[in-house]
Amino acid sequence: MKNILELHDVSMVYGSVTALRNITLSIRRGEWTAIMGSSGSGKTTLMNIVGCMNKPTHGTVILDGEKISRLNTKDLTAIRRDKIGLIFQEFHLISYLTAVENVMIAQYYHSMADEEEALQALERVGLGHRAGHLPRQLSGGEQQRLCIARALINHPKLILADEPTGNLDESNQAAVLDIFHQLHGEGSTIIVVTHSPEVAEHAERIVQLEFGRMVRDGAPARSMVA
Amino acid sequence: MFLRMIGRAVTRRKRKFLMTAGTVALGISLATAMLNVMLDVGDKVNQALRTYGANITVESRGASLLGDLYGIGEGEGVADKFLREAELPKMKTIFWAFNIVDFTPYLDVRAEAEGIGGVTLLGTWFARRLDIPTGESAHAGVINLKSWWDVQGPWLDDDDADGVMVGGLLADRHKLRIGDRIRVAVEDRTGEKRGAELTVRSLFHSGDKEDEVLLAPLAVVQRLSGLEGKVRRVEVSALTTPENDLAKRAAQNPNSLSRHEWEIWYCTAYASAIAFQIEEVLTESRAKPVLQVAASEGTILQKTSLLMLLLTVLSLACSALAVAGLVTANVMERSTEIGLLKALGAGDGEIVLLVLAETLTAALVGGVVGYVAGLGLAQVIGQSVFGAAVSAKGLVVPLVALLVLAVTTGGSLPACRMLLRLKPAEVLHGR
Repeated sequence: MKNILELHDVSMVYGSVTALRNITLSIRRGEWTAIMGSSGSGKTTLMNIVGCMNKPTHGTVILDGEKISRLNTKDLTAIRRDKIGLIFQEFHLISYLTAVENVMIAQYYHSMADEEEALQALERVGLGHRAGHLPRQLSGGEQQRLCIARALINHPKLILADEPTGNLDESNQAAVLDIFHQLHGEGSTIIVVTHSPEVAEHAERIVQLEFGRMVRDGAPARSMVA
Repeated sequence: MFLRMIGRAVTRRKRKFLMTAGTVALGISLATAMLNVMLDVGDKVNQALRTYGANITVESRGASLLGDLYGIGEGEGVADKFLREAELPKMKTIFWAFNIVDFTPYLDVRAEAEGIGGVTLLGTWFARRLDIPTGESAHAGVINLKSWWDVQGPWLDDDDADGVMVGGLLADRHKLRIGDRIRVAVEDRTGEKRGAELTVRSLFHSGDKEDEVLLAPLAVVQRLSGLEGKVRRVEVSALTTPENDLAKRAAQNPNSLSRHEWEIWYCTAYASAIAFQIEEVLTESRAKPVLQVAASEGTILQKTSLLMLLLTVLSLACSALAVAGLVTANVMERSTEIGLLKALGAGDGEIVLLVLAETLTAALVGGVVGYVAGLGLAQVIGQSVFGAAVSAKGLVVPLVALLVLAVTTGGSLPACRMLLRLKPAEVLHGR
């Protein structure tokens, strides 16, 4: 199967507000896609639907060959746990657990916690020496790398990153994007939701949303970065 | 990993942990104290009430029948019905012997006193040492039984052959003072008059009919009346269990009980059961509970226990509400963390289990601290209210454990409902 994700005519309505309108989109395996748009464009709504944290009010979503748009909460949780690695702008780390424990918790709810493997994941993002530190003892960039390590630990089919560099300075942004490049090179499918053209430029495909509609779908253009 | 998460939550979120533990400890300490006092209050109230006199009277069966059937309390027919003094120590051999706190026999005779006229001469034990058939010894007598009597001068000694105590009203009427000598004469059963000169050792006020009598050692009255070894009646003070329907039926007719009921009744310290057992050891005796006293004791005990129970329920309800507030605040504060766990794949049950386990750990610590503090509080209550220590009841331990569980799970319910409704998309992405 070539496509890992397919959206057919997906809409999302909150009361009188339509957050997404008739989105049809396919993402190939191993593709790095950036979803762009200003605030209120519907990109977070799209991420929640693709990340199995919400169901569309209309349309069909197929993830890794499984139709997820009408699954119940329990089944969506299982799909999310098994197939998706989530990376957040706000990191969302557990404050009273160490770096390695924050990674292990994703293993625990997936299958079984393995400290050795969690340490390897931290090594991979350059945090092996910070394994015993609490999140508050890490810099913003380190926290985001920890968040990436947690997302990768269960070898997800799809990495879903929501503004992963939104809270980072330039050097940390570069470090995070390096990791994405590395993952992409290894064949991971990555969807990055961002409002930053600099970040989107690194993707091989950009999907642009405006007022819930998909207004552009194509390769990045140099003019966007200017 | 689950235990590791609990451990980290406990050690790295100490303030929250201690607040929950402290809240549970407060509620449980009150509950422990109240439950221990409640379970012990029966004995304590009983002991307190026992200082106010007898709750069982014993007389000869013949005299009792005349009283029951014809309302005759004294005179011919009653006057010649007696109990045997030598048998009285047997009362300390019955099944409920240790519940018999005190007892004293009485023998009353009419006497002629010089300068006074006709008067009742009442013989009793004061603090008689008893050698019980079991080989043990005990003391019995009016000194302990009537501890509220106001006595001017010393109590008599049982071996005082020429001493007498004078009731307050009689002393006032005839201007009797300590040290006065009274010559009394008693007509024995053969019509022969026996006399003695007695010295007033002390005066007493009982607030009852004894204020009109001359009170002397039992042996003196027996010698003067020629009734050696005989007593008219015995007053018994016993620790009893409040009467219930079973006890009331048994009091009317023990034979009406089934074998099972009879065993329950016989092996419970009902006044009627103790009275029945006294009748078994005293020949031709009739022992009767003083119903007003038994009923009052029951009422006082029930009301005190109810008060304790209400306080226990109230303290636990307050504790549960406080725990509910704390756990709910905790869940609200940690909604992002819980949303994240759900996003990572944790099911609702796993999240509820995690929060409950954290709360129960705090509650367990609080429960142990509260139990120990409650035992201390029970002693403070016992000493300040009853002037005696409250014994720690084993039954309270499992009760407290159940209460900790109930308070914690009950208090966590609102938070758990909130957990189940929490959607990761809402807390992680604000939608």
